[in-house]
Amino acid sequence: MDKLELILQEYQGAKRDSLIPMLQDIQESEGFLSENSIVKVGNILHLPTSKIYGVATFYNQFRFQPNGKFHIQVCRGTACHVLGSSTVLKEIEKKLKIKAGQTTRDGLFSIEIVACIGACGLAPVISINGQFFAKVTIDSLTEIIESFRNKEK
Amino acid sequence: MSLNITINKKPVTAEKGEYILDTLERNGIKIPTLCHMKEMLPSGACRMCLVEIEGSGKLITSCSYPVEEGMSILTHSPRVINARKTIVELLLSNHPDDCLFCSRNKNCELQSLSEELDVRQRRIIGKKNNYSLDISGLSLTRDPDKCILCGRCIRECEEIIGVSAIDFSFRGSKTIVGTSFNKGLNTSSCVNCGQCLMVCPTGAISEKSHLNQVIEAISNPEMQVIVQYAPAISVSLAEEFGLEAGRDINGIMNAALRKIGFNRVFDTSFAADLTIMEEASELLHRIEDKKPLPMFTSCCPSWVKYVEEFWPAMLPNLSTCKSPQQMMGSIIKNYYSKVEKTDPAKIYSVAVMPCTAKKFEAQREEMSTNGMADVNAVLTTRELAKLIRIFGIDINKLQPEPADSPLGTRTSAGKIFGVSGGVMEAALRTAHFVITGKELNEHRFAQLRGFQGIKETKVKVGDMELNVAVVNGLGYALPLMEIIASGKSNIHFIEVMTCKGGCIAGGGQHIGANTDAIIARGKRLHDIDERESINVSHLNPQVMELYNKFLGKPLGETSHEYLHTNYSKREVLK
Repeated sequence: MDKLELILQEYQGAKRDSLIPMLQDIQESEGFLSENSIVKVGNILHLPTSKIYGVATFYNQFRFQPNGKFHIQVCRGTACHVLGSSTVLKEIEKKLKIKAGQTTRDGLFSIEIVACIGACGLAPVISINGQFFAKVTIDSLTEIIESFRNKEK
Repeated sequence: MSLNITINKKPVTAEKGEYILDTLERNGIKIPTLCHMKEMLPSGACRMCLVEIEGSGKLITSCSYPVEEGMSILTHSPRVINARKTIVELLLSNHPDDCLFCSRNKNCELQSLSEELDVRQRRIIGKKNNYSLDISGLSLTRDPDKCILCGRCIRECEEIIGVSAIDFSFRGSKTIVGTSFNKGLNTSSCVNCGQCLMVCPTGAISEKSHLNQVIEAISNPEMQVIVQYAPAISVSLAEEFGLEAGRDINGIMNAALRKIGFNRVFDTSFAADLTIMEEASELLHRIEDKKPLPMFTSCCPSWVKYVEEFWPAMLPNLSTCKSPQQMMGSIIKNYYSKVEKTDPAKIYSVAVMPCTAKKFEAQREEMSTNGMADVNAVLTTRELAKLIRIFGIDINKLQPEPADSPLGTRTSAGKIFGVSGGVMEAALRTAHFVITGKELNEHRFAQLRGFQGIKETKVKVGDMELNVAVVNGLGYALPLMEIIASGKSNIHFIEVMTCKGGCIAGGGQHIGANTDAIIARGKRLHDIDERESINVSHLNPQVMELYNKFLGKPLGETSHEYLHTNYSKREVLK
C-alpha cells in the first residue's frame, strides 16, 4: 500500500474538522496536494473538492505542484521585507519564469514564500533545500541559481 | 414577545429574535443588501445593510443583528449613507466597468446601488481584476472580474442545489469564486441549473448565448427554422416586458415568433404529452417486470447530470425517456421532416427553454440521430425577450395566434410540466388510464402541489397502490436518495426538479423575480389546467395521430429508437 493510502486509512471515519491535519499529513508525505489526493480526502470527509481546494488555497503552506529538486524558500518576514525581499522574490520569479507556489517545467526549481526563517541578521535571506544564502542581491541570485543549475548538468 | 424600539426616532414594535433588517422591511424602510438571501441564515459579508445604533457609536449589519429592547436605530444618518457609498465605491474600484457591454446592463444590483447612492466619481482607484473567462461550460460562462464576492452563488449551489461546484478559493485581495483546482466548469460537478446566475447581483455568471447562431439561421434562406417553446415560457415571458407576473401571453408569443421569422412554431407541451405516454407505459412495464424501482423522471437535465455524477448506481432507475425538448427535437428531425419532405439537415431546430441546463442537454452525444443534433440551439426566456427586442417587435401590437400543426396541440397535462409536481400529476392521470382503462375521478393532486421540498402521496390505481414522491429543489434529493440506496423505500415513482418551484423558477427565467412572481406563474399553469377541458395526455389528438402514423405504440420499437436513451456514469471533480 502506498503512503497516501496509509494516511487515508488512518482517517477513515474522520469528520470535517480533520481536514487541515489530513492535508498537512498528505503534503508532508507527498510534498504537495495532488488532484487525486484531494478527491480521496473529499470521499472520506464527505466534503466537495471545491471546498477542500478553497481551504487549501487559503493557507500559504499548501502546494498543488510537487516541489522542485531545488526548493527555494524566500523569506518575506519583516526584516527581510525592509531590506528588499519583495525585489528578491520578483527577481527569482523572473529568472525561473514561475510564480511562488509553482515548480519549473523541468522539475528543477520551486519557490515558496515563508514568513520568517529566524535569520533576520542575514536579511534578505533565502534558503535552498535547507542551505541558507545571506544578504542576497540581484547579482548574487544569478550566481546562486546558476550554481544549482550546474549541479544538475 | 414584542420589543419597543425606535427607528429614526419614531417608536416601533418589533418581535423578539427577528433581525433588524426584517423589522425595517416590515416598516417600509428599504435597506440595500448584496449578500443577503431570503430564507437563509445571514452571512453579513458585504456590509451594505449597515445601520447606526444610537448611543453605541457602532455601525452594525442589520441583516445579522437581532433587535433588542430599547434600541434606537438610524437607518439613513449621514454616517450610514457615507459608509454604504464607500462600500460601493470600493466594490467599483477593481470592477471592469464595462456596463455597456455587460449582459446584466440595466439589471445589475451593483449598477443600481451605485445609482441609488449617487456615486458620481471614481473616488477609489484600485488594480483592476484580470482573470480569464471560464467559457468551458456548455451552459454557463463565468467572468470572475465582475464578481463582488458576495457568496450568493456559492450558498445557492451548496444549500439549495446540494452540488457545491464552486467555492471561495485563495485569500484576501486574491480571493475568487472558483471550481476546484480552478479548472473549467465543464470538468466540475456543476449541473448547469443556472441558479447561481439567478442570484448573482452582477454579470459574473451568465448563460452561454445562442442568439447569434439563431439569428444567422433565420436569415439563411436555405434553412427551415423551427422553434419549440417549453410550457413555462408563456407564463414567464411577460415579466421580461414589464407586464405583471404570471400573465399568459402564449398567443402573442406565437405571433412574435412568426414575426421574427421562425418557419414553424411548435409547443414543447405537445412533446410533454408524448413524454407522459412513454413514461406512464414505462412505469407500468417496470412494475410488471420487476425492473428497478422507484423510477425517476428524466425531464430535468440538471437532475440527470446529478445522478450520473453522484449516484451512478441509480442510473437504471432513471426513466429512459428523453426530455420533452429532446423528444420534440427528434420528432421534428425524424418525422416532421418526412411530412414536409424536407432534408433534416436543412432544418434548424431551436428550443426556447426556462433553463440553462437545456443548452447542455441539447449538445449531449445521446441527443442526436445519425450524428445530427436533434436540437440545434437553445434560447432562454431572457434570450427570447432579447430576440424580440432585436427584431423590433412591439408585443403590445400583436394579435394572439395559435401554434402550428401537427406538433403544436397540447393538453393541459403537458402544460403543467412547468411547475413542480406537474409531471407527476400528468403521469398519474395517464398511468391510471393505461392500467385500469378508466379515468381518475379527481385529476388534481393537492398534495403534490406547492413549494415544500419533498411531497409524497399514495394513489389507488385499480387494485394497486402507487407510492409517489416529488422532489422540489435538487438539495432535497440527497436524503431521499440515501433512503432509496439503503433499500428502505417503497416509493414507485419520483419526480425531481432541480429548481425550487419547477421550471417556472428555472435558471433561464427573468432575473430579479421574487417568490410571489414565481407563485403567480405556477398558479397560472394550474389555472389553465382547471379551465381547459382536455386534462390528460392520452386524449391529445395529435399525439394519437403521431402514434398511428409513425411511432406505433408507446415503448414500441420506433419509440425506442427516437424517444428513449440511456445515461452513463460521469467522472467529474466533485
